[in-house]
Order: sequence, then structure tokens, then C-alpha cells
Amino acid sequence: MTVVETTKNPPTGIAEFWFYFSRNKGAVIGLAVFLIILFMAVFAPFVAPHDPSIQNREMLLLPPVLSEGGQASYLLGTDAVGRDIFSRLIYGARFSLFIGVIVVTLSVISGVLVGLVAGYFRGKVDTVIMRVMDIILAFPSLLLALVLVAVLGPGLVNAMIAISLVNLPHFVRLTRAAVMTERAKDYVIASKVAGAGTLRLMFLTILPNCLAPLIVQATLAFSAAILDAAALGFLGMGAQPPTPEWGTMLAEAREFIQRAWWVVTFPGLAILITVLAINLMGDGLRDALDPKLKRS
Amino acid sequence: MTGGSKTFGPPVFQRKKGLAPMLRFIFGRLAVLIPTFLGVSLIAFSFIRLLPGDPVMLMSGERVMSPERHTELMNQLGLDRPMYVQYFDYLGGLLTGDFGSSIVTKRPVLDDFVNLFPATLELSLCAIILAVALGIPAGVLAAVKRGTWLDQTIMGSALVGYSMPIFWWGLLLIIFFSGYLGWTPVSGRISLMYFFPQVTGFMLIDSLISGQAGAFKSALTYLILPTIVLATIPLAVIARQTRSAMLEVLGEDYVRTARAKGMSPFRVIGVHALRNALIPVITTIGLQVGVLLAGAILTETIFSWPGIGKWMVDSVFKRDYAVVQGGLMLIAGMIMLVNLLVDVLYGLVNPRIRH
Amino acid sequence: MSLLEVENLVVEFQTASGPFRAVDGVSLKVNAGEVLAIVGESGSGKSVSMLAAMGLLPWTAKVTADKLTFNGRDMLAMSDNDRRKIIGKDIAMIFQEPVASLNPCFTVGFQIEEVLRFHTDLGKKARRDRAIELFNAVGIPNPEERLGHYPHQMSGGQCQRVMIATALACNPKLLIADEPTTALDVTIQKQILDLLMRLQAEHNMGLIIITHNMGVVAETADRVIVQYKGRKIEEADVLSLFESPKSAYTKALLSALPDNATGDRLPTIAEFLTDQQIFEGAVR
Repeated sequence: MTVVETTKNPPTGIAEFWFYFSRNKGAVIGLAVFLIILFMAVFAPFVAPHDPSIQNREMLLLPPVLSEGGQASYLLGTDAVGRDIFSRLIYGARFSLFIGVIVVTLSVISGVLVGLVAGYFRGKVDTVIMRVMDIILAFPSLLLALVLVAVLGPGLVNAMIAISLVNLPHFVRLTRAAVMTERAKDYVIASKVAGAGTLRLMFLTILPNCLAPLIVQATLAFSAAILDAAALGFLGMGAQPPTPEWGTMLAEAREFIQRAWWVVTFPGLAILITVLAINLMGDGLRDALDPKLKRS
Repeated sequence: MTGGSKTFGPPVFQRKKGLAPMLRFIFGRLAVLIPTFLGVSLIAFSFIRLLPGDPVMLMSGERVMSPERHTELMNQLGLDRPMYVQYFDYLGGLLTGDFGSSIVTKRPVLDDFVNLFPATLELSLCAIILAVALGIPAGVLAAVKRGTWLDQTIMGSALVGYSMPIFWWGLLLIIFFSGYLGWTPVSGRISLMYFFPQVTGFMLIDSLISGQAGAFKSALTYLILPTIVLATIPLAVIARQTRSAMLEVLGEDYVRTARAKGMSPFRVIGVHALRNALIPVITTIGLQVGVLLAGAILTETIFSWPGIGKWMVDSVFKRDYAVVQGGLMLIAGMIMLVNLLVDVLYGLVNPRIRH
Repeated sequence: MSLLEVENLVVEFQTASGPFRAVDGVSLKVNAGEVLAIVGESGSGKSVSMLAAMGLLPWTAKVTADKLTFNGRDMLAMSDNDRRKIIGKDIAMIFQEPVASLNPCFTVGFQIEEVLRFHTDLGKKARRDRAIELFNAVGIPNPEERLGHYPHQMSGGQCQRVMIATALACNPKLLIADEPTTALDVTIQKQILDLLMRLQAEHNMGLIIITHNMGVVAETADRVIVQYKGRKIEEADVLSLFESPKSAYTKALLSALPDNATGDRLPTIAEFLTDQQIFEGAVR
């Protein structure tokens, strides 16, 4: 049964994208939350009420403002050495978003390049590349990242490199699969017949048509990178104290788990909210970009 | 996430009767596994040689040594031979079950692994059972009640679970259930009051075998929080995947046929639709093995659960690199085996591949 | 009393752009032993009205009718449970895409025996015997072996035979065939139609054939209903429809047969008529 539809003027790409994206209420909320976090990260020195590293010796483990004994100037309380948790969280957003951006950039660029080569040339090159990806996938991602950081030395930069590497196979596989389906299509063959060179075919003809799933996967990788970096920080192998990275803050707070719930609760909540906002956006992007799912 | 293209699935082979195609299928997969295994062993082998610092000191664990002692150890550890000889030697060791020995305790890595693995397996099995037992019904329910508040609640919770930093989630549960309510213990596998021999290595089963009153209950209370924490992400992934697979299947013609035959909604959904929807879900469950082991690293650390995850983290911190090397190899080998198992299971569930 | 009686059936779907009326005031009757053809273009609401009669539409569809009875029983008022006792037993339906209409995860034997298990008291052995008997009746060779096969191991024509066997399992009084031959090869189409007609005559079933193919109509039907955009345009017995079509739409439909093509192009309805002209001649 086909329902007859009246077609109006075809909307522009962005308008159509926004139409489908905004139909998903969660995605719009996610976007709004993400923009707020982004704003706070960018303008951290202006938004944060305190310096994240100044220790107020008179205010150790001060509870949040709404609990008994809280003070209005320390909205979310202070940690064991008297630093304002709210300010540290705001500065921490800088690290998390930065990690996400770098990891996604690194793994998307390298993953797409490798995937394009594998999917376009096939044959032995493809086999070798896919075997290498299988090898990376044979390790649990966090374990591999942990060991890599152990080799490279603990720290934020090395954690980012490790996470990018662990993320790589997903982009390679996705690009390769997309390229392989696109490569056989008539428009590519037509362009080849018209005399387009290999590089042109790869980057200008095929790649733009594989972007939709890659963008969705990039969003997922962004949130996964934030989670992994926080996990490494929590295990003591990511950013090192006194960096106000959320995972590292949690690791420092662990020993106060029975005495001061707020030191443990808020950094994790910050991670959850950020990751959730990005994942909500990812779902909206998928609805808006994946034509197969549009009508459902 | 959907699986993407067909190219990654197991190879589809021609119709044929009997066991032979299944065996050929398994051997085909094994053939692909061999290069992967070699690659994994190469990574584990080079790991210890890539570490900053002197390999002899790293491997022997001694901090200060004379040049004579250095040469002696170099020879003893075989580090003075060419790289490729060392690699083949290492590979030969792996094939005979020699995964090296701990620098700190001098015990063979394989022995420690065998001792600690049941704890991780017990935890992981409980977690995956919980995730499947809740995730599949939740996904089915959300798909059937699509667009309702129930669907939105289930999918909202699933997205929160999927976004959860589980190391924090574990701490929260400890604060609430152990700290505030005092219901569950904080760390370990069973109360120190009980002691009995390891028969299966599974605390739940061993405590039952021991016949000691209260032992089983104790083991259960220690197991419950880590299980919830470890199950969270797989649960969310399975629920999301089941819902989308179910939605796709519910629109198929054969579902309409089943309804046209006068079948009850329960049978139409629970038998005709679910059986088909499970095919992609099983792949997803298989992919969760890696996720589970990554999660086990964090969960075991939080709950001081004496399994291989905590063992690996501790070894990294103790700079017991021989253990890290052996552990990497063993864990990767195990994941490859499980993936093979999942492929075979996939073939059993999906008749289009079996025949 | 007719077997199936439908009066003023209306089906509306809730869509993102407001309600969409797929069936608009259709009435029809089928007697035992009679073959009724419903003809129309795709989107004319012919399948939807039959799915509505069986209660198989999704919950987004709103079904209303002045009368919808089967064998004198009100199908709209009865509970889902009671309706399911009739569907698959006394009213059976086969569909356009035989391969897609069979569940790929179960053997065809399971799928045919399932109907018997739900609607009859037959034991395991008796069900199997009945399934073999049915496979023989619809002309599937080696039924014992074929019962253990999966749909993807069979051809489209074989699958449609399985669907017919399943539909006939409980000796239905009414069989609804929704484009039963459209997805099949031309040579197989003829075989399946002959099979349907033979079985209809043997069991004295009521048969409704939904099709867009005038050739199928001419070959099978006693009576014909022509539908366009959810409305009934014309109803007549098959001879008078072909010899002296009353409505402009039917005339246009008949002249749109490939036989009447001139040159390379096939004539289309839109070349002759507007919606208004079509509905002017409509009957209720």
C-alpha cells in the first residue's frame, strides 16, 4: 500500500537535515546541552567562580550548597584539599572536549585514508589492512589503551594517541564497506569512463557519498573517547593530578567515598551528562542522515 | 549500531546437506584466525621490547646490576640472540603453553591466569546473562509499543546506560547500597568467614558444594553489584539492537502471514518475529565479549574482584611486564576463540547460512 | 445469506501529514462458491479493504463499517480472540510475495503444521499426514522431504504452493488471494491460477482475487469490482464488464491493456481522465 504524497519544492540540504534532526526531541536537547558545555569550556576563566587549582585550607571537603553546612560560593562543595569542585568541573570540560576532538580527528583522518585504500584497491592490500585491524580488535579496547600508555608513559597526550589507535578499526571497516558498495555503482563507473583519475575517484567521487555513516560513527567515537580517557584517568594512566580531568578527579576522590559523596558524584555526573548529550545528538544525526531510516 | 555491510559476516556457502559444510565453515574461520594470532603474538612480543628502559632490567626486575651480571642475564634471557630467533622461540613457547613467568612472583603466567580466570568468567557470565535476560525483553517491548511513553522510557534508560562511565556507576552503587543501606559488601568475592577448596572456581557453585550454611548467600551478595555494573553497557546495547531489529522484522511479510493464520500476538512476536530479530542480536552479543573484558578491568578494580582484569591493571602498575605480555596474549586468544564460537552459533541460528 | 458482507467500509491511516483515507465507503458481498475479483491500480485500496476485513491492519489504521459480517457474525464487534479463531481457519489469505511471506527461520513443514496445531485437534502424526496430503494437493513433489526444507531452498512458485497449502489446511470457507501471481514468472502464473481455480471448485470456496491484471480477471472471476483511490467505481459480472463497461474509468482501464498500445508507448489512465470524471460515474 503506497500512500500518495504531494511533493512541495524540494528543501535545501541544510533545511531538510534540520527538519529530520529537530523531529527528534532528544537530539535537540542533546545539542543544547552540548552547546552549554562547549560554552563553559571555552569561557572557563570567566564562568568558573574560583581558580581550579587554588586550595582553600579552611574549606576542606565542604558539602554542596544545598546540603547542611554548604556555602553559596562553593556551589558543588570542595574537595579534600579545598579546591572548588564546580570550577574544576568547568575546567575539566576543556580537557574532555579537547580529548574528544583530537581523538576523533586523528582516528577519522587515518581511518578514512586506510579504509579508502582498502576498499578501493581490494586485493592483497585490503587483506593485509583488514588483518591488522582484526589484530587490534582482538584486544579489549581499554586493555590495549592501558598497555599502550604503559609503553608510551602515562599522560594526556599518550592517552589520546592510544585511544585514537583503538578507535581506528571502526572507521577503517566502515569506510571500506561504504567504498565497496559505492565503487560498483554506475555513477562511479561513469566518472571513471569520463577519465577521472584514481585520486579524484577516491576523494571527490566516492568519499562524499560515504560520509553519512562516518559522521554518525564519529559522534559515537567522540563520546567513547571521552569515556575511555576518563577511564584511563581513573586508572591513573591518563591525565595526571592535579589536572582537573574528570576521570582523574574521580580517582583522587575514591578514598573519600564513604565520607564525602559529592567529591565522587559530581565528576561522574559531568562525564555522564556530556557523553549522554553527544549520544543523543548522534541518534538525531543518524535519523537525519540515514535515508534508510528516515521514513520509519 | 547496526552491523553495516554483509562483507564482515561469515562467508555464505552453498546449499548442501549434513555436517560437512559446517566443518568447512569452522575451518575457514580458523584459517583466518591464524594470521591474526601471529599478529597478536607479534604485538605481545614487541611490547616488552618497546618499553622505555633496559629490557634486561625490565625482565629481571633487578634495579642495580654490574655489567657482568647484565651480560649473564642477557644470555640467560636469550636477549643477545637475533630478534627473529627470539620471536620464533617465543612463538614456540606459546604453542607449548609457556606464556612466561612473573618477574615479581616468579610463578608461570599461565598458572595465575588459570587461577584467576574463573572469577572473571563467573562475573562476565552473570553480567551477560543479566544483560540478555533484561535487554531482549526490554527491546521487544519497546519495539512493540513503539512511540509510546514505555518505548521512550526504555530507550531513554538504554541511552543513559550506554553513556554510563561504569567506574563511576560502580562507586555510586557502593555509596548507596554498601554505604547508605549497608546491604552489600564493598570488595572481594565472599566473606572471610567462609573457606572452602576451589572446585570449579565459580564461587556460586563452590559455595553450594561446600555445604556451609550461608556461604552461597554471601557469595551472591558479593557478586550482585559488580554484575550490575558490568552488565550496564551490554544491557543497553542489546536493548537498542533488539528494538531496531524487531522493528525491521515486524514490518516483514511473514509476520503478516503469521497473523493471517490466526496466531496470537504473543506467538507472532515471541516466535515468528523474535526468532528472526535474534540473528543480528546474537552478533551483537558476541561483540560484547570484548566490551565485557574491557569493563571487567574497571569493575574488578573498583570492587577488588580477584580476576584477570584487576591482575592486568596491577601488573601494569607493578611493572610486571612479563605478566602483561602473557596476559595480553591469553586474553586476545580467548576473545578470538569466543568470536569463532559466536560465528558458529550464528550459523546454527540462521538457516540461510547453514544450508 | 452471503459469506462475507461489507457495507460502507472506511479505513483511515494516521500519518505525519494528517489522516489518510485509504478505503472510502466500499461495499461488497461474496457467496460460497463464488469468485470475486477486485481490480484497481496500486494504491486503490484493494488490499487494505481485505486486510481490514480480517483485522490485520496495524493499530494506526481506523476501520469503520456499517456492516462487516462473515457467515452472519459481526467481525468488527467480536473480540480479537474470537476473530483469531476464524482467521486462518474459515478465512484464509495468501499474499503477493510468496518467498517473503514465509518465515525464513522455520521449515515450511513447521509453518503449515502450526496452523493445524492451532485450529484443529489433530495429533502430531495426523498433522504431518495432513500436511503431506495438502502438499500433494497443491502439486509439490516429494512432500515428505519438502516439509523439512526452508523457504529459501524453494522457488517462488513452490513457495506460493506452500502458502496455498497452508491457507487450505483447515478447509476455509473463504480464501482471499492478494495478487497471488504478480511476483511469479509468467509460466508459473498460469499454473498457480489453474491450481487456485481447481481447488476453489473442489471445495466450493468463496474466493476473492485482488489483482491489477485484467487477464487474470477474465480468466477467473464470476463478478468484478473496480476500485480507484479507495472508492468503488463499478461492479458487474465479468462478461458485462468486458463487453459493456459502464464507467469511464473501466473503459479507460480496458483500453490501457498492452494489446491496445500504439507504437512504443503504453497508454495511461491519466491521459484520458481526471479524478473528477472518474468519480462522477462511481457506484456505491
